Amino acid sequence: MSEYKAPLNDMLFVLRELAGLDQVAKLPGCEDVSDDLVQQILEENGRFSSEVLAPLNQSGDKEGSVLKDGAVVTPRGFKEAYRQFVEGGWNALQFPAEYGGQGLPKLVSTPVMEMWKSANMAFSLCPLLTTGAIEALMLRGTEAQKKTYLPKMVEGTWTGTMNLTESQAGSDLGLIKTRAERQPDGTYRIRGEKIFITWGEQDFTANIVHLVLARTPDAPEGVRGISLFIVPKFLVNADGSAGERNDARCASLEHKLGIHASPTAVMIYGEKGGAIGTLVGEENRGLEYMFIMMNAARFAVGLEGVAIAERAYQRALAYARERIQSRDLAGGAASVPIIRQPDVRRMLMSMKAQTEAMRALAYVVAAAMDAAHRHPDKTERAKQQAFVDLMIPVVKGWSTETGIEVASTGLQVHGGMGFIEETGAAQHLRDARITSIYEGTTGIQANDLIGRKIARDGGAAARALIGMMRGTEADLASTAGEDFTAIRESLGEGITAVAECADWMAAAYTADIKAAHAGAVPFLKLTGLVCGGWQMARAALAAKKRLSSGVADRAFCEAKIISARFYADHVLSQACGLRDTVVNGARGVMALSEEQF
Amino acid sequence: MKILVAVKRVVDYNVKVRVKTDGTGVETANVKMSMNPFDEIALEEALRMKEAGIATEIVAISCGAATCQETLRTALAFGADRAILVESDTELQPLAVAKLLAAIVKKESPGMVILGKQAIDDDCNQTGQMLAALLGWPQGAFASKLARDGDKLAVTREVDGGLETVSLSLPAVVTADLRLNEPRYVTLPNIMKAKKKPLETIKPDALGVDATPRLKTLKVQEPPTRKAGIKVPDAKTLVDKLRNEAKVIS
Repeated sequence: MSEYKAPLNDMLFVLRELAGLDQVAKLPGCEDVSDDLVQQILEENGRFSSEVLAPLNQSGDKEGSVLKDGAVVTPRGFKEAYRQFVEGGWNALQFPAEYGGQGLPKLVSTPVMEMWKSANMAFSLCPLLTTGAIEALMLRGTEAQKKTYLPKMVEGTWTGTMNLTESQAGSDLGLIKTRAERQPDGTYRIRGEKIFITWGEQDFTANIVHLVLARTPDAPEGVRGISLFIVPKFLVNADGSAGERNDARCASLEHKLGIHASPTAVMIYGEKGGAIGTLVGEENRGLEYMFIMMNAARFAVGLEGVAIAERAYQRALAYARERIQSRDLAGGAASVPIIRQPDVRRMLMSMKAQTEAMRALAYVVAAAMDAAHRHPDKTERAKQQAFVDLMIPVVKGWSTETGIEVASTGLQVHGGMGFIEETGAAQHLRDARITSIYEGTTGIQANDLIGRKIARDGGAAARALIGMMRGTEADLASTAGEDFTAIRESLGEGITAVAECADWMAAAYTADIKAAHAGAVPFLKLTGLVCGGWQMARAALAAKKRLSSGVADRAFCEAKIISARFYADHVLSQACGLRDTVVNGARGVMALSEEQF
Repeated sequence: MKILVAVKRVVDYNVKVRVKTDGTGVETANVKMSMNPFDEIALEEALRMKEAGIATEIVAISCGAATCQETLRTALAFGADRAILVESDTELQPLAVAKLLAAIVKKESPGMVILGKQAIDDDCNQTGQMLAALLGWPQGAFASKLARDGDKLAVTREVDGGLETVSLSLPAVVTADLRLNEPRYVTLPNIMKAKKKPLETIKPDALGVDATPRLKTLKVQEPPTRKAGIKVPDAKTLVDKLRNEAKVIS
């Protein structure tokens, strides 16, 4: 059986060498974020994730959360693990001190969350949804709402949920029907049915704080008529404790392909006259608030891609080391571990290199989120925010699609055993499969990328990105060694492909919008894999520098350069093909009439 | 009562230990290091005694290189109130550590010293016993249960024949066995607080202790690889081989 071990070496390397942990530590409010503190946090969280969360991953998948007499029963061990999670103070990591949090930057919470997701993705969704609800309340809640809900939610003793989707309103939230009627006392009566509510009901905590999108009777049609409400499972007493049950219940749980331990609820509000809710912010601006939180939520799901890829890689690697089969191609009579077979090595390297690339890009974006939020200089904040906005759909879309690919490759390494559930490799693939769907499908991410992030500013943010990547290309040119030459050539071609496609997109967006959209997902994939190559090139340069300074982690640094080399030859090499798909592919997509399908 | 907990920085138990190519010792460069697991148990017991109101202050102490500060920070994150590093770049053997600890005990006057029964690197199982002898204190080694009984401490010890309970007059030295408790997970707020807790560094010279090694390591090598076994056709052959080849029975 393969256990999860947090990849501390790689995480710390990325934090220090690529994401600029020392720079983040200089930002206002991050003065305490010393290198040794971060290392200790990662080590202890790694221990908790490996020893408490990871052992429940497979059993949680097998048992799943079930609905019994209207209440959810989570798999064995989950309730106790959640209690330990809250007791350890982990839930409060990234929230401000005024609500009881530790106020740590995104760059620190990102590797911490990656570990929870790797160890047990289904479990990690519960704190993730609470985080989303906390952010919404911090952003637009009234002082009374903040005081009532935030300390408990930050602590984790109450959880939060996000109720957006209805059966007829998925990607298009303008279609939601849930009603909210104003009452003379200022509260609202909420009536309607919500689906796909992650951790909508559970047996962990005394209360659940549902954030619900609904329409007031006089609201305008479509997305401009949606308001956001707090609807707690139990109404809150004057002393802050959970009181009378609200008119909200979980009607059923979905039967899903993966994340079985995470209860995905159908929530019914207002069967007995109306659930009592209070408005967050102003009426009709709910979707706008959702969008402000969207970056954080999409980033978090992108990180799930990284996390599942890491877990799948660890499992496949352990199997490849112990599975004895066939002879070494170089000769010898004895059967050898399959890691000696070139094709198995190719699969393992593709998992390793792509996971490292995704992690590097995600952490770099996390650091930019911190700078965009905390940097004292307004111009710098704006510059970092533009980079973040451009990269969010890429981190979300590319890392989840690649995470699925890596999980699938991990299954392949296992051969027939991979197809058998007991092995555990299949679960990673099943769990990963949702990541490219929820919080906006890859198609939605790609539309966001080409529309809001490329076309809207005429490609300015994309050009800034290309400028940064060309800088790395120049650094490679001045670095000796065959590996660096090969990496530079692949990266250079990749950057050119992105630049050409970005120009093409900006033009096509006005000239032929359907052609632009037809190429959107290949363009997102191209951008992701080139940005990943950019980070791997930076990693190789940093590793080379460490090697020449005579540091102790020789084996790690040498492996990093080889990872980057592999990535250049096996992944970046796909960039030119994707460019052709983007610029030439629209005809094949659009030419058939609907009847011809 | 003040409790002094000695913690040692060792190669993490998950690491597959390798011998240095020159045979002078075990490879520790770029290897994950952690607190000796038995010391972790000792620390946990001290913390529980503080939580139960028996102890008032927990002082963690480590003897070794400057990097031991990391281990002490972990001890502080577990919940120790302050830490002392006796910093020495030379190898410290059990007798030297016991002398250093004895010197610290004289300064700190704790009501009890608790430490792991042995460290997982050298497996010496000596420091606690030597410390008790140097101090002239009672000792309870291999403790699997502790109970305060007035000014006495009842220590249940894991001995060959089973369990033995001894009653120690305080102050005393206790060494922790595996079953004494299950150490907690470090919490995030405690990690944050640990940064601000005091960590004092002292040199062996300042304590008037000569920490020079008394034993010389001649060579360190990997254990010989096990040879493949053979199948014997019957019990008679087995007995014959045991008697004449292995010479383990007569």
